[in-house]
Amino acid sequence: MTLLSLRDLSVTLRDRPVFSGVTLEIGAGELVGLIGPNGAGKTTLMRAALGLLGHAGQSSLATLDPRARARAVAWMPQAREIAWPVTVEALVTLGRTPHRARRLTDADHRAVTRAIDWMGLSDMRRRTATRLSGGEQARALIARALAQDTPLVMADEPIAGLDPAHQIATMETFAGLARAGRSVLVSLHDLGLAARHCSRLILLGQGRVMADGPPGEVLTPALVAEVFGITAYQAETEHGRIFQPLEVLE
Amino acid sequence: MTRLMLLLSLAVAGLFTLSLLVGPASIAPLDSLAGLLGGGEGPVAMVMREIRLPRALLAAMIGASLGLSGAAMQGYLRNPLAEPGLIGVSGSAALGAVIAIQSGLSAGFALGLPLMALAGALGGVLLVLALAGPRGGSITLILAGIAISAMAGALTQLVLNLSQNPFAVNEIVFWMMGSLADRSMTHLWLALPFTVIGWALLASLGRGLDALTLGEDAAEAMGIRLSRLRLTLIFGTACVVGAGTAVAGAIGFVGLVVPHLLRPWVGAQPSRLLWASALGGAAMLLAADLAVRVILPERDLKLGVLTALVGAPLFLHLIYKTRREMP
Repeated sequence: MTLLSLRDLSVTLRDRPVFSGVTLEIGAGELVGLIGPNGAGKTTLMRAALGLLGHAGQSSLATLDPRARARAVAWMPQAREIAWPVTVEALVTLGRTPHRARRLTDADHRAVTRAIDWMGLSDMRRRTATRLSGGEQARALIARALAQDTPLVMADEPIAGLDPAHQIATMETFAGLARAGRSVLVSLHDLGLAARHCSRLILLGQGRVMADGPPGEVLTPALVAEVFGITAYQAETEHGRIFQPLEVLE
Repeated sequence: MTRLMLLLSLAVAGLFTLSLLVGPASIAPLDSLAGLLGGGEGPVAMVMREIRLPRALLAAMIGASLGLSGAAMQGYLRNPLAEPGLIGVSGSAALGAVIAIQSGLSAGFALGLPLMALAGALGGVLLVLALAGPRGGSITLILAGIAISAMAGALTQLVLNLSQNPFAVNEIVFWMMGSLADRSMTHLWLALPFTVIGWALLASLGRGLDALTLGEDAAEAMGIRLSRLRLTLIFGTACVVGAGTAVAGAIGFVGLVVPHLLRPWVGAQPSRLLWASALGGAAMLLAADLAVRVILPERDLKLGVLTALVGAPLFLHLIYKTRREMP
């Protein structure tokens, strides 16, 4: 089953082409890492795929009507905005917006509780979201996206600013979603976590998709040098794949 | 939450009744209620039906409008400092009224002033829409609103500046302070249709405003049509504020202070703040209109002056409290 299909997607912002000719498909049960240097267009690619940004080419999500799209994909923008001092529970319940009728149903309450438990926020349910720490707010916002209960989750740098334990826990949550048959497209800068947790990586650079496949095929020394300008140590160990950036190439 | 609704409803009902019982014509409470409900053609029934009832109804209606539109505006802009006058409708409505007074239209024809003010509000909202564009973000709306407000303010000043009629100048200055004195049922019937349409538009925004808590991008991705939400907000605000300004002049601070005061009581949820602010605004304006009659009964203290006098310190207190809560 295809959850996202992009065909020849191109975006030009202020006469500057950001990327062009992006063609890819995401099926069920994948944890896809979108990687690339700053300015490669990772955010732009995800927003265009959602239809939030003008683009050329086709995206299967952009053609849906807004409410149907909101049931097909949950989107976590990079800006972690919580405008009002609402409770964590109220914040997570916002994820039910595309599903709910006037009143919340039992299914809505179950989805909210499941998302809160999943992100380990049960103790903070009644606390004011704006008074939580940055990491706790990030987890509450991930819970909101999970409560939306969509086959696909798209998240823009969801683990930036989290401590190692919560970075790993979040990636494992996403991996758990993939095991359960859903898919996650997540942009991230930590190549070590990307190599370790993602089932597939998409490398964006120089205005196009430079590589798309399992981490071992994408993070080759040549591509890592060409796109990121760094060297790295890589090994397949008994603890899984290890990727450690080493030095900046001159 | 339901307790808050009950409390606010009781406050509105109580203040509304009190508003019917207080006035320069000293009538015993029971007599006044009998005059209102019992009918008859006596002077008591006249005073009740033609003077006090429209005044109390207008205070409740305009107060609810200001509270509701203030809560909607703050929710849309995600800023507790936003207020309904921000999109320039009250300024352009005032300009229409000022032109009506200066040109003598209001003296020749009783509804000349409110109709001109409504025309001004319509012109203002069309200009705001033209400037802000159908799809722009919240920043373009604020900038367009500021531009229209400044322009309408400058033109109002120009009318005052060039006016050679001291009586008109006097009337304009006092009208701009806002008042509900000497309004009739005709004023109510004129403002009511616009107000009801505006209420319906604003009340439909709850879910979209809630979703905007997460920012414009996330709200749009959750199926909220932002351009439609913005259009509904602008038209709804224009209807209620235009109609309110047309019959009562400019009344500030209610739309700013009431949502701010009630926000903690509804868990800060924009949708729940809508109805709470509507009730709270009605209560506040009824109380303010009672106060102008009780404090200086002989001097015709203006409603807008009082709301600003009470609202500004209240607002300063809220800012102080917010500052203390900051880390």
